[in-house]
Amino acid sequence: MSRSKNDLPDPLIFAAAGAGIAVLATGAALWQRRRHRESRGQEETIATDAPHWTLDKDSSRAMFGKSVLINRPRAELYAAWTPERFPDFMENVVAVDDLGDDVSQWTIKAPAGREVTLVNRITERVEDTSIYWQSTPASDIANSGEVRFTDAPAGRGTYVSLILAYDPPAGKVGRFAAKLLQREPEVQARRDLHRFKQLMETGEVTTNASPSARGAESPAEPHI
Amino acid sequence: MRAVTWQGRHKISVETVPDPEIVNPRDAIIRVTSTAICGSDLHLYDGYIPGMRAGDIVGHEFMGEVIETGAASTLKRGQRVVIPFTISCGQCFFCEKKQYSACDNSNPSETRDASELMMGHAMGGAFGYAHLTGGYAGGQAEYVRIPYSDVGPVVIPDDLPDDDVLFLSDILPTGWQAAVNADIEPGDTVAVWGCGPVGLFTIQSALLLGAGRVIAIDHFPTRLALARKYGAEILDYTQVDVREALDEMTGGVGPDACIDCVGMESHGFTADNILDQVKVKMLSSTERIHALRQAILACRKGGRLSIPGVYGGFADKFPLGQLMEKGLSVKSGQTHVQRYSGELLDMIREGKFDTISLISHHAPLEDAADMYRHWHDDQDLYTKIVLKPGLKKGDISARQELQHA
Repeated sequence: MSRSKNDLPDPLIFAAAGAGIAVLATGAALWQRRRHRESRGQEETIATDAPHWTLDKDSSRAMFGKSVLINRPRAELYAAWTPERFPDFMENVVAVDDLGDDVSQWTIKAPAGREVTLVNRITERVEDTSIYWQSTPASDIANSGEVRFTDAPAGRGTYVSLILAYDPPAGKVGRFAAKLLQREPEVQARRDLHRFKQLMETGEVTTNASPSARGAESPAEPHI
Repeated sequence: MRAVTWQGRHKISVETVPDPEIVNPRDAIIRVTSTAICGSDLHLYDGYIPGMRAGDIVGHEFMGEVIETGAASTLKRGQRVVIPFTISCGQCFFCEKKQYSACDNSNPSETRDASELMMGHAMGGAFGYAHLTGGYAGGQAEYVRIPYSDVGPVVIPDDLPDDDVLFLSDILPTGWQAAVNADIEPGDTVAVWGCGPVGLFTIQSALLLGAGRVIAIDHFPTRLALARKYGAEILDYTQVDVREALDEMTGGVGPDACIDCVGMESHGFTADNILDQVKVKMLSSTERIHALRQAILACRKGGRLSIPGVYGGFADKFPLGQLMEKGLSVKSGQTHVQRYSGELLDMIREGKFDTISLISHHAPLEDAADMYRHWHDDQDLYTKIVLKPGLKKGDISARQELQHA
């Protein structure tokens, strides 16, 4: 005897049940995370050794940090981190002009072929260790940051950390759009930091420039 | 120049593209004289490797003559060189540890993001193998730009013909590293899954490294015949239960070391592999790990597992409990080619490897599309294809048929 169709639950019911469980689980995870974040704000200290830029605290500014291991001595890297050399490894930097008194003007590529001008002042230098800066009111984008040089263990060279905060010109939406266009400061800084590593370790900035059968590409230009 | 390009799944075409140029001081340009199709090119052909773009030039086993050098290159015009498929700077933490395929500089800033997202850390660069490994043009072309040319290329003496040394680019060091990673002790029994070119070099390497016996597993008669020629005992998995046979050949203990030279596209009609095939067809998986599962179950307790086979992502039904309870140690990874180049070139000169008899076909670069199809569809007769730029289309020479075992 064959079973009638009604004996078996509609597969859609299984699908709906599955989707419901997924929604509930996602909701529970978000609620847990919010609860965790709220309770953390009330504590005096946070028991962690994580770098501060890796903690997911809310900030009106877009804040991030990125560290790379560079197989060169700390003093050499500190000495190489100068505005004159920035265009060698900062792909998005068009020019850095010294305005004197530790103030420099940066012309930077922005989304949609535009350029923005940053005017930043170096606020503190610790020899062979770190450089801090803060934007001046003349800057198109308010920003501040630090580049930090720390000895890596076991003679492996130096950890170089770039920590940067900025006010995204069009808020979170603008930041997301800039990311899609590969012109967002976090994306740019992360890539530039790797270019600095390449330049310091190998003497050149790595490029995949090579031919392809795609008409628009040049064999002398890098591509994604 | 003319170059072999990937245009999509199962679509390979030979196109006219711009010549490469010197871009960085350490670069060199070579004119390719021989370039092979690799088993891992099949994963590109089948569309299982993410990050390919239509128009990419493929190929990562090649050699040629230096025709142009950048200011900081140590090569000289006219030198014959074999090019390792891995691009390595020689100066980062990883290269200094001789973990060349993990080079932290060769995957450019523009392409490393996607690689980092997928793997946790960006992979090193490689020629002609998708944008997750740098998006470099490959060696199935008339000319190639070689970055860091002072580190990778192996200069070849004029008296050694191309066929003797071409495989220093990938499959010979890959087979060698596969055997080195198996930590072979004198008298060990070593089982090798897959008798493609890497498997065949793994067999030769394992015996050179002191294995008492090597048992090779495949189902293509020609490939099994080659395995036997190189000194292995052979199992055709369509004729026997591989695990039962391995146990019965080792007094119930199992092989001391198991080497997976198959990778992500296992063949065979076992239940687990059919399920993997279905999942792959439904695009919910890329990995068919039947050979690896079998290797883990077959390996003796406390034995060693070496995985030179290429995998791309997350795998299903991985026998983790079996791996742990049996206390296996695992070594894997892309080949640190530059680490082995010198000693392997010496061993070729001393006649320790047979690098010739696995080559089944020499064909013009212009016939690449046909050759990829044969490499994919006719794996018994096509055991290794070497492409030659400059040969006239259709000028294909095939090996005389092997004496079957």
